[in-house]
Amino acid sequence: MARTIQSLERAAAVLRLLAGGERRLGLSDIASALGLAKGTAHGLLRTLQQEGFVEQDPVSGKYQLGAELLRLGNSYLDVHELRARALVWTDDLARSSGESVYLGVLHQQGVLIVHHVFRPDDSRQVLEVGAMQPLHSTALGKVLAAYDPVARSQAMDVERRALTARTVTDPKAFEEVLELTRARGWGSDVEETWEGVASIAAPIHDHRRMPVGAVAVTGAVERLCADGAIQPRLVAAVRDCARAVSRDLGAGRF
Amino acid sequence: MSDNRREFIAAIDQGTTSSRCIVFDRDGRIVSVGQKEHEQIFPEPGRVEHDAAEIWANVQEVVAEALDKADITRENVRALGITNQRETTLLWEKATGRPVHNAIVWQDTRTDALCRELGRNVGQDRFRRETGLPLASYFAGPKIRWLLDNVEGLRERAEAGEILFGTMDSWVIWNLTGGTDGGVHVTDVTNASRTLLMNLHTLDWDPRICESIGVPMAMLPEIRSSSEIYGEARGVLEGVPVASALGDQQAALFGQTCFSPGEAKSTYGTGTFLLLNTGSQVVNSYNGLLTTVGYRIGDQDPVYALEGSIAVTGALVQWMRDQMGLINSAAEIETLASSVEDNGGAYFVPAFSGLFAPYWRSDARGVIAGLTRYVTKAHIARAVLEATAWQTREIVDAMEKDSGVELTALKVDGGMTSNNLLMQCISDVLDAPVVRPMVAETTCLGAAYAAGLAVGFWPDTDALRANWRRAAEWTPRMEADVREREYENWLKAVERTMGWIEEEK
Repeated sequence: MARTIQSLERAAAVLRLLAGGERRLGLSDIASALGLAKGTAHGLLRTLQQEGFVEQDPVSGKYQLGAELLRLGNSYLDVHELRARALVWTDDLARSSGESVYLGVLHQQGVLIVHHVFRPDDSRQVLEVGAMQPLHSTALGKVLAAYDPVARSQAMDVERRALTARTVTDPKAFEEVLELTRARGWGSDVEETWEGVASIAAPIHDHRRMPVGAVAVTGAVERLCADGAIQPRLVAAVRDCARAVSRDLGAGRF
Repeated sequence: MSDNRREFIAAIDQGTTSSRCIVFDRDGRIVSVGQKEHEQIFPEPGRVEHDAAEIWANVQEVVAEALDKADITRENVRALGITNQRETTLLWEKATGRPVHNAIVWQDTRTDALCRELGRNVGQDRFRRETGLPLASYFAGPKIRWLLDNVEGLRERAEAGEILFGTMDSWVIWNLTGGTDGGVHVTDVTNASRTLLMNLHTLDWDPRICESIGVPMAMLPEIRSSSEIYGEARGVLEGVPVASALGDQQAALFGQTCFSPGEAKSTYGTGTFLLLNTGSQVVNSYNGLLTTVGYRIGDQDPVYALEGSIAVTGALVQWMRDQMGLINSAAEIETLASSVEDNGGAYFVPAFSGLFAPYWRSDARGVIAGLTRYVTKAHIARAVLEATAWQTREIVDAMEKDSGVELTALKVDGGMTSNNLLMQCISDVLDAPVVRPMVAETTCLGAAYAAGLAVGFWPDTDALRANWRRAAEWTPRMEADVREREYENWLKAVERTMGWIEEEK
């Protein structure tokens, strides 16, 4: 049998005890009910409190279950909520970058486009909301895979087809791309999905810093890159936008 | 670090729930925003008031906040524009600047009985030919009369010229330009066109109507264009020209650059306001719409508009969330509605307080029609979104009938434009493209544009059009026969709302 972790078992026992009815319990009640030293029980409670699973009444000092437990079972962020929160910021990104902007989330081993802002040049463009993009080659997909473990395992599992000569298909090389993405906080796609097209993406986090989506600017490679490198100005604009949306979703500054 | 070469336009939006100030650059992009809410005062059911002194304090605060956030001073501000909640009515003492009563807010219905009385044997269309409006409690004229009748000694003082009337544009401009120390007492044509006291053809106060409603003309502000220098600001913005005023919906029309006849904008919020530019033509409505001034730039010809409003749009989604508990957030209506292909035969007519334009039936109440065992909450969610689309269609149809102008595209703004399914649905039922511009704050932008034009910051309306950017466009995908069948079903459902409330015996 695999080793179990005693402190986790004890933490679970604390939660079960607090869930046992509509009651608040003091530190000594909890310690004696579970046969723990007061110091041990206090350490467990403090940790659980930090994670939001337990709350302490400021007046009586007694403990009860925290709001975070409720959110655990209901963690899914509605993509339409995400779009509504992102609307102002993505408009601004399109204007400042002069490129089209996409908002993507993980969906069935690909990237589902949930919001699209036209490139501000009055040319005829078609709304691409609802379209799917590949997870392994696009900037959106790479950012999702770099930050969301579920997306990462899907990206590793799917057949990473070479869409252009520059698509990264080798598993080890792909892992390195994800690592680089995490390390610098943004992802890119320079003609790895479509010839002549480049894209820059950054992650959007919710109030628990969970990755819930990604935002990207996409445009002609000669506009997004200069001297063979992604333009730092655009990277900064995309990251600013992602941070602003994250802040609106309640994520703290980081 | 402030840079004197950088130039901006500031716009104040004195709205129903808050006052805001937004600083715009030459491209029409938002540089900074200051915002503060004010108290909603409900003295009794049906009555809504604002503390005008609080509002003026907030306006000063948000202007300072916006300048601060933009890191600029008054020297960087070329002009200041005003847009405001329409029809909200205030009387104040000329000598002291003190309001004699709280402002009576547009939603306040205390003048219902007075409006019926003023209609006499003619009814609510008694002044429609001159003013473009029905006698209804929203408008400012009857609110002035109520104050004169109900505040002790006020009528005598008003007749003696000691009391000034203004909608919120006048109040803000009078205070900005010095108040008791030389403040200018003006309003613009769009705000004046919501008083029931202005003649749409002469753009002047109508002495006969003022007499009939019982408003002494001495207390009325001078009517000016929407885009000209009214005076110079004092205080934080010392010396900056105060150069535009537009009612909020007209400002949105201007901000959406609907400068040609046939161009229309629709603002989707709790309720919805649709305005159609009808050019220099005053179009009388026989289909329950309002005729109003769209804007007037300096001494150019005025531009008129037809206005249709839908009382319940976003409010229906809120009702699904708060009263029915079928969704947790407004955005989730789209998730639920998207889980089914169609409405399953269900139609939702939200005539919660009767039917408005183009029916005007106060005896109607809401219905959900076409229910079968098959219908799920997802179908109802879809019917909720379709209700907004069909109501838009009814207004557009009425506008086309009244004006003979066919709508080529609808420019949309407001909170509900983030609902992709709804925007597609509106395009489908109108059989016309629906276009969302890149700046969501079209109301403030309109006021900024009008102010910028007045001081030459922008040369002409073509330059403003060049600033307009399409952020998204939805094109019709519905088959014509489906559209016709669905519209017939909708109209059948509408019919079933009528006559629910019986005449009081």
